[in-house]
Amino acid sequence: MRIDPAQVEEVARELYVRALKVLPPDVKEGFARLAAGETDATAKRVLATMITNIRVAEDTGNMLCQDTGIPIYNVVIGRGVQIDGPELKSAIRRGCERATREHPLRSSVVHPITRRNEQTSCGPGIPPIHIDFGEEHDRLVIEMVPKGSGSENNSWLRMAIPAEGVDAIKTFVVDCVLDAGGKTCPPTIVGVGIGGTSDLCVALAKRAATRALGTACPDPEGAALEKSLTEAVNMLGVGPQGLGGDSTSFAVHVEIAATHITMNPVAVNMQCHSARRASAAITPAGVEYGF
Amino acid sequence: MAHHVLRPPITEAEARLLRVNDTVTLEGTLFGIRDANLIAMFDRGRATKFDWRGQAAIHTAPNVKRVPASPEHPTGYAPVCVGTTTSARMERFTRPLAERGLRIVVGKGGLAQGSLDAFREFGAAYLAIIGGTAALETTWIDAIEDVDLDDLHPESIWKFRVHGFGPLLVAMDSHSASLYDVVQRDSRARRAQTLAKLGVK
Repeated sequence: MRIDPAQVEEVARELYVRALKVLPPDVKEGFARLAAGETDATAKRVLATMITNIRVAEDTGNMLCQDTGIPIYNVVIGRGVQIDGPELKSAIRRGCERATREHPLRSSVVHPITRRNEQTSCGPGIPPIHIDFGEEHDRLVIEMVPKGSGSENNSWLRMAIPAEGVDAIKTFVVDCVLDAGGKTCPPTIVGVGIGGTSDLCVALAKRAATRALGTACPDPEGAALEKSLTEAVNMLGVGPQGLGGDSTSFAVHVEIAATHITMNPVAVNMQCHSARRASAAITPAGVEYGF
Repeated sequence: MAHHVLRPPITEAEARLLRVNDTVTLEGTLFGIRDANLIAMFDRGRATKFDWRGQAAIHTAPNVKRVPASPEHPTGYAPVCVGTTTSARMERFTRPLAERGLRIVVGKGGLAQGSLDAFREFGAAYLAIIGGTAALETTWIDAIEDVDLDDLHPESIWKFRVHGFGPLLVAMDSHSASLYDVVQRDSRARRAQTLAKLGVK
């Protein structure tokens, strides 16, 4: 299957706008679950307002949150897909710029030293475009994640050592949730990366934070840790918006990679309650949009 | 737990009436401030044409679109999506704003002790809005009445006209009370039992 870069550009544009406006069904279900179990009066009101906002965004065709985030594109290229690599990347970038200009969207991206905003949502290295390869034939999947800064500003890496064991990982996650308080716009998805190198560990945490609710870590030890940590962070009483309550996090997600015999790295990256993402699959049958 | 309808500019006495857990609805004028314009004003000495005395300001940078200037859109900007950003980054700017007479800060996630002290000294309060609910918030915005330091766009200083903006929760008041302090103390007190539950030795 040969893919026209113009189609990729159009999909990249459309995905940014879609992601900003409609929350994935798993996140909506997450809200319903938290609202049903919440016991704190203020927290109940906060969750109800968040749920109302999801409806208002859909009814008015508006964005869920004013933070258009850092645009991130994750691409999975299936077997038999033919596309010029550099052209794929520049098509995504053009789509991102067009979404910003044509909608219009607030460009939330600046040069890190001059702080100059080009009003394109793009800049050196941004949007990050992550490319991976999949088993499926004739299928190119693009996922778009607008990563809000309230949650992204609360990101941590700790290069623990083997003698500190899994206890270091558990303690670190609990302390990160405490430090974040209301700044990350809870209820959050807490993404935890365990193992790898320092950069891989942080990337795993991001992947965990942006994974669909209801999915589990493929590693059984990681999946067990997800369960116990989800229960634990919701004992802390931080609550929605840090105003107290049971609903601090929808879930703790864990992703793992093997690591060095001398290392025990752990990273935490959070996703806010506006856990936005959208995806599209390009196949010979056309483009199918989803989450 | 009273409900207040405030139409800025308000007086010091009105600001001091606000107590944590009260709710507030704002009518009329609301300014938009955040990182770049606060850095410009207070670190780089740039002046603004706006007078903060008695006013309310929200931590925000909106999505706007350019439209022909008209009585409805005097600046040539129409609001598209207006929400609230994390207040903690703006912590050190609360005091200079309060010194200049700002009475209300609207934000999400809360501010720290320095702001609470400034609220007590000058008579001001922090109103919590629900972060990430911008679609709803935008329905409370009538127009962008004015804009300043627009070379910092979208981090310009915005002057919005709002109606029924709320209910907002008084989360920090001028009597040294902060709901965030209460929750943080409480959640830190639960750390040990949480770690024990996880089997951490």
